[in-house]
Amino acid sequence: MTLLISHLFLQHYWWIIISLLAGLLAFLMFVQGGQSLICTLPRNELQKTIIINAMGRKWEFTFTTLVTFGGAFFASFPLFYATSFGGAYWVWITILFSFIIQAIAYEYRSKPANVLGKKTFDTFLFINGSLGPFLIGVAVATFFTGSLFSLNYLNQVTWATPWHGLEALTDGRNVALGITVFFLARTNGLLYIINSVEDSEITGKSVKKLVMNSISFLVFFLFFIISIIVSPGFAVDSLTGSVSLENFKYLHNFLQMPLVLILFLAGVVLVLYGLGTTLFKGSRKGIWFTGPGTVLTVFALFLIAGFNATAFYPSLYDLKSSLTIRNASSSLFTLKTMMYVSFIIPFVAGYIWYAWSAINKRKITEDELKGEGHVY
Amino acid sequence: MIENVDLSLVDWSRAQFALTAMYHWIFVPLTLGLSFIIAITETIYVRTDRPEWKRLTRFWMTLFGINFAIGVATGIILEFEFGTNWSNYSWFVGDIFGAPLAIEGILAFFLESTFVAVMFFGWNKVSKKFHLASTWLVAIGANLSALWILVANAWMQNPVGMTFNPETARNEMTDFWAVLFNPVAVEKFLHTITSGFLLASVFVLGISCWFLLKNREVWLAKRSILVAGIFGLLSVLSVVFTGDSSARTLAELQPVKFAAFEGNYDGKHNAGLTVVGVLKDTGEKLGNKKINDFLFRIEIPGFLSVMTKGDRDAYVPGLKDLIYGTPDDPEIMPVTVKMERGKLAKDILDDYKRARMMNDREQVQNIMQFMRSERFIEENFRYFGYAFLNSPEDVIPDVRIAFYTFHLMVLLGFMFILIFVLALFFLFNDSLMKNRWFLRIAVVTIPLAYIASESGWVLAEMGRQPWIIQDLMPVTVAATKISPGSVITTFILFAALFTVLLVAEVSIMIRQIKSGPIH
Repeated sequence: MTLLISHLFLQHYWWIIISLLAGLLAFLMFVQGGQSLICTLPRNELQKTIIINAMGRKWEFTFTTLVTFGGAFFASFPLFYATSFGGAYWVWITILFSFIIQAIAYEYRSKPANVLGKKTFDTFLFINGSLGPFLIGVAVATFFTGSLFSLNYLNQVTWATPWHGLEALTDGRNVALGITVFFLARTNGLLYIINSVEDSEITGKSVKKLVMNSISFLVFFLFFIISIIVSPGFAVDSLTGSVSLENFKYLHNFLQMPLVLILFLAGVVLVLYGLGTTLFKGSRKGIWFTGPGTVLTVFALFLIAGFNATAFYPSLYDLKSSLTIRNASSSLFTLKTMMYVSFIIPFVAGYIWYAWSAINKRKITEDELKGEGHVY
Repeated sequence: MIENVDLSLVDWSRAQFALTAMYHWIFVPLTLGLSFIIAITETIYVRTDRPEWKRLTRFWMTLFGINFAIGVATGIILEFEFGTNWSNYSWFVGDIFGAPLAIEGILAFFLESTFVAVMFFGWNKVSKKFHLASTWLVAIGANLSALWILVANAWMQNPVGMTFNPETARNEMTDFWAVLFNPVAVEKFLHTITSGFLLASVFVLGISCWFLLKNREVWLAKRSILVAGIFGLLSVLSVVFTGDSSARTLAELQPVKFAAFEGNYDGKHNAGLTVVGVLKDTGEKLGNKKINDFLFRIEIPGFLSVMTKGDRDAYVPGLKDLIYGTPDDPEIMPVTVKMERGKLAKDILDDYKRARMMNDREQVQNIMQFMRSERFIEENFRYFGYAFLNSPEDVIPDVRIAFYTFHLMVLLGFMFILIFVLALFFLFNDSLMKNRWFLRIAVVTIPLAYIASESGWVLAEMGRQPWIIQDLMPVTVAATKISPGSVITTFILFAALFTVLLVAEVSIMIRQIKSGPIH
């Protein structure tokens, strides 16, 4: 029994880490949001260069968080890794494709002899900025709405449609979360630009754009939240492990885990405060509120997807194949070993904070770019 | 394990992974080595406070940045392709394999990505010492990330520190330190990173020699040759040393691969080491695999016996011995016996699963107890992967590929020693400019370093076929069940994208080199 409890504890512990990484990734996708604005926000080439350099100095954090998110999922819940990546093939491959073209676009866009030309690399940034957050949102929405797969007795996945994940686009709730994440990334991107760029024209235009983007975000966010709260959720019988549909499951999860509800509401309030203080008080520090707000909100959403006897990766095709944090996890030994490794995370967060502050202590301006040897 | 294995799917999945890995490996070794060369030159700048060293550092840093981005881009695909294309494998070993990948992300990638931003954008924002520390941390982070993925790869070549759990139908880690200090992992890590240092040194040396040929940036070029020459010579000696010990370990743990890259079909006492050779098709076959013989060969008599067993008269088995057994080495178990033992393991696992489905608790308990016994693990489970082979000869990899990649890599390795020795000799003799022939050779050596580096990986991965996990899982059962058309489509997309990006990268590099350092 002791063994079971500790394994269960570690499964919960690792779901918390995964949820935290998901929250951080959602926030760091402000880089993608900024990229999706490069066609409409800047008035001229110089402004575009300033915006791209503001985002470009942070792209690796988002990228690394995505890689770590994947690695942590592989290590702690390998059955999800095998099932989702192998099954929803086209969704994940498209996401990856959009991230490959991002990585090189920053470094190559302004280099002479770059073969494809600056416009092509800027288009790569736009594609990654738009498609990346949208598809990640769609993929995450299936944690609540389900996918079409089955597992055999050796836990090998068979996807029930030849669309291999793209069928998720036929569910309005999935699309709604995709659009939500897209507009959230843009909202955070605009707030980051307002905070880090010293150019009154760019800042003024960013504030104007913030209105429509934040309203769009809030509308789709509300639609998604309401739709999953009123939809049946995927409940797991703690004794038998069988999965069944339960009406208002995610609402029950919020109510039965009040701390998670508080975290969720705190996150929403922080996001709204960050937006309000920017739009109505002219503050440039909105990102300091919407950033943590985004992390908390996404963190709480992941917790209601996996905690309280809920299947976090449900199968609509074969309910008993649904993945839970219990049946999809690594062994007790591996989770414990990984837990020791995870103790280093605060130290990692500390040096990231320190290095981030060192680089961001000067606002990005035309003069600042001229002083830099490395300009995107 | 998998019904109706579709070989075209497996082949395309392998092709896609190989494509990604080979493109990735064009960029990674330069990152591994150049990061340290930059750290060394920046250290000299900080200690001497001479601006020329800063200028030199920034020049190599620009080339590092161009290369780094595309290495990162291709790397993310590799990580996720384990899931997208090898999902059966991902579950079978995820409990072990996933951990190093996650540690890589937490420990190494963040270190690298955090401080690379300071390295590029911090010149005017942080102190000299903080900047220098950042540059060193990027080098350490880059090489640490190599450690963890190589630990994972080494485990596939020599699975240790785990046990099979029939309940979950997967291998589970029982000893993290055994996985980390797997002898294959230690040698692979040292051999791989030092080969990266070697490649970067050849790169810096070649470009510096190009500047000397053009009579440009002479100070910068000579100082770069000094750093690259010493760093490269130390690296190549380490590559040779670790390569030698890797070969000895291979002879013990992956004898079929070892015999294949020596082109050794018939075992013998006093076996010679082939230095150079050309293979020819004998027209005979082992099962459905062609048998090759030497059209031409230069060998060191007795050296293979000495190298593998420390005894000139020792018996070194050939491929035929390893497949069919031999009276010269009774310890070698014929593959047919391994196949029978593996099939028994698989049958028992099937019985276990059936008993579970029938809810026959007594039978479940009995089988579980048997499967956890030392005897079952030693005599049956360690040959589990052989259950999926069709014929004993399936264990033979492509001998020609293994032989040529190995010998090419070794010959080029020895050539690099000569290049670095000559570079340092001419530099200290102040006769580099007079020996233009050497400068030209140093320039054309750059692509040879890439060929040697890629050959090493082709040997490592093609040489262990048919296994994705040595003796436990062949590639035929590891692939995701998806339509071959999907994989062909993504293969073409990736091939086109990677090629375009490579062309862009090389073009930008050449332009940056021609432009020279910033004045």
